[in-house]
Amino acid sequence: MNPTMAAVRAGLRRGVIELRNTFSNGQDLWNYFFPTAALLVTMFFMRGSTVPGTSFSLGARTLPSALGMGLAFGGMLVLASQLVMEREDGTLLRAKATPNGMLGYLIGKITLMSTVALVSMLLQLVPALFFLDGLQITSASAWFTLLWVAVLGLVATLPMGAVLGSLIENPRNLGLIMLPNMGLIALSGIFYPINGYPGWLQAVAQVFPIYWLGLGMRSALLPDSMAAVELGGSWRHLETLGVLAAWAVLGLLLAPVVLRRMARRESGSRVAARRERAMQRVG
Amino acid sequence: MRYGAVDVLHGVDLTARRGEVLALLGPNGAGKTTTIEILEGFRMRSAGEVRVLGVDPGRGDERWRARMGVVLQSWRDHGKWRVRDLLTHLGAFYAPYGTDRIRRPWPVDDLLDAVGLTAQAEQRVARLSGGQRRRLDVAVGIVGRPELLFLDEPTVGFDPAARREFHELVHRLADLDETTILLTTHDLDEAEKLADRILILAGGRIVADGSPDELSRRVAGDAEIRWTRDGERFVHSAADATGFVRDLLRQYGDEVQELEVRRASLEDAYMALVYEEESGVRTGRADRVWQQGSDR
Repeated sequence: MNPTMAAVRAGLRRGVIELRNTFSNGQDLWNYFFPTAALLVTMFFMRGSTVPGTSFSLGARTLPSALGMGLAFGGMLVLASQLVMEREDGTLLRAKATPNGMLGYLIGKITLMSTVALVSMLLQLVPALFFLDGLQITSASAWFTLLWVAVLGLVATLPMGAVLGSLIENPRNLGLIMLPNMGLIALSGIFYPINGYPGWLQAVAQVFPIYWLGLGMRSALLPDSMAAVELGGSWRHLETLGVLAAWAVLGLLLAPVVLRRMARRESGSRVAARRERAMQRVG
Repeated sequence: MRYGAVDVLHGVDLTARRGEVLALLGPNGAGKTTTIEILEGFRMRSAGEVRVLGVDPGRGDERWRARMGVVLQSWRDHGKWRVRDLLTHLGAFYAPYGTDRIRRPWPVDDLLDAVGLTAQAEQRVARLSGGQRRRLDVAVGIVGRPELLFLDEPTVGFDPAARREFHELVHRLADLDETTILLTTHDLDEAEKLADRILILAGGRIVADGSPDELSRRVAGDAEIRWTRDGERFVHSAADATGFVRDLLRQYGDEVQELEVRRASLEDAYMALVYEEESGVRTGRADRVWQQGSDR
């Protein structure tokens, strides 16, 4: 067998094993379920309120937005933090010491992250359907939109996550990217429409993928009449496609360069030095 | 090799033959890790010529990588993985690099048996004891049946039984599979047991190179002889210990008690060499070692 193919197959297999490991680990399951549960509770209490200017449930509007947010989070921040942690514990160095190991590692990570993101989506979507009204889930076009937004969203955010994860050396600094992202969520109309925001704030929100992932998900699951309360009064599929694709291209161009640079610098003494620092943090 | 403006290695010259076990000794900061990382291709050198398995490690490709194994010091990775899953997974990367002479990877069951982890095959890596974890590291290092194996302080945290088993494994790799092994250690006893040849690195230079026996012989031709006679303790140094003892016994016969002959150990050699390198004082003992070392 050709070595690259062997590594691709080993990488896919790696993703499956990591999925199995993560779904049988209490701490990990808690990390997946807790935010989902918190969001569901929020939406449950929002179901009575309405989107301003309509009689539509605010809870039902929040669900697809939250799905979009979850994708962006899973794609970017979870991957970034895993890269930082696994650089510290030596997983990446191990991959580097294995022939084509880095390729296998990345394919494994992508498999793991995308599956986890999709499973988390289902975990939110399915229970929410029982207490939220007005969601359109019966048409084929709804599922088609859901699918392309989800896939494109992952392609747009995963490589950026890899870039961020490669640039951050110290797990402590993960907070540095968490914080702006939290702010971005507030800006991106996940929990409340942003029509009332000043124009420049709306412009900032529309640079980043979170807004468009939320919008894309809403366009899939909400009735078309709800497009009226979006910016520009439309679902803007073309713009969604354009912005997400631009992030995807940027990420795919940057990620290999940054990842390669990071991998080249990995060595036993660097891992040992990080371990030393980690010990000091704990002790 | 240089950090900033400081050269940390100069004139490190070493060659290993196939199937040879080389131990790299030296105090902390002597350049052991730097040397080994350059050879592994994990670190770029600033000058000099290096060939590992016939390839410059700075340009080694994946095919080259597949022929070597690396066991580093501080790995805490793959904690959630089961031992068998991890070895099977990592082994898969080596499968395309097998040859008629060397079948890759090492079958997992045989490998588990070789490192003594058969009972832990289904256990999660994070739940292994320190010694078991280290043996797993060694298993990962050899899963691709390397022609060249780097072991960085492989037995730290081993209990005596695990250490002995590990030594047997190293002998087996070197003798049966003709694996060339380069190991670093602080344990002189271990170096003496495992290595065909010992290199002592101090201050970024190789200060001695030879078999354990040669090294300790060179430090001091003199052996120390201790005995008691009439309840009194005696100590004497002699180049020809056997001759001295023969005379001693001929002269005093049964009066000589608690006779003890102690040759200079590898530890003595090591201490003398490292002390001289670090202090810059030549006591003469190590000078002799160095002289004979270059005459070889």
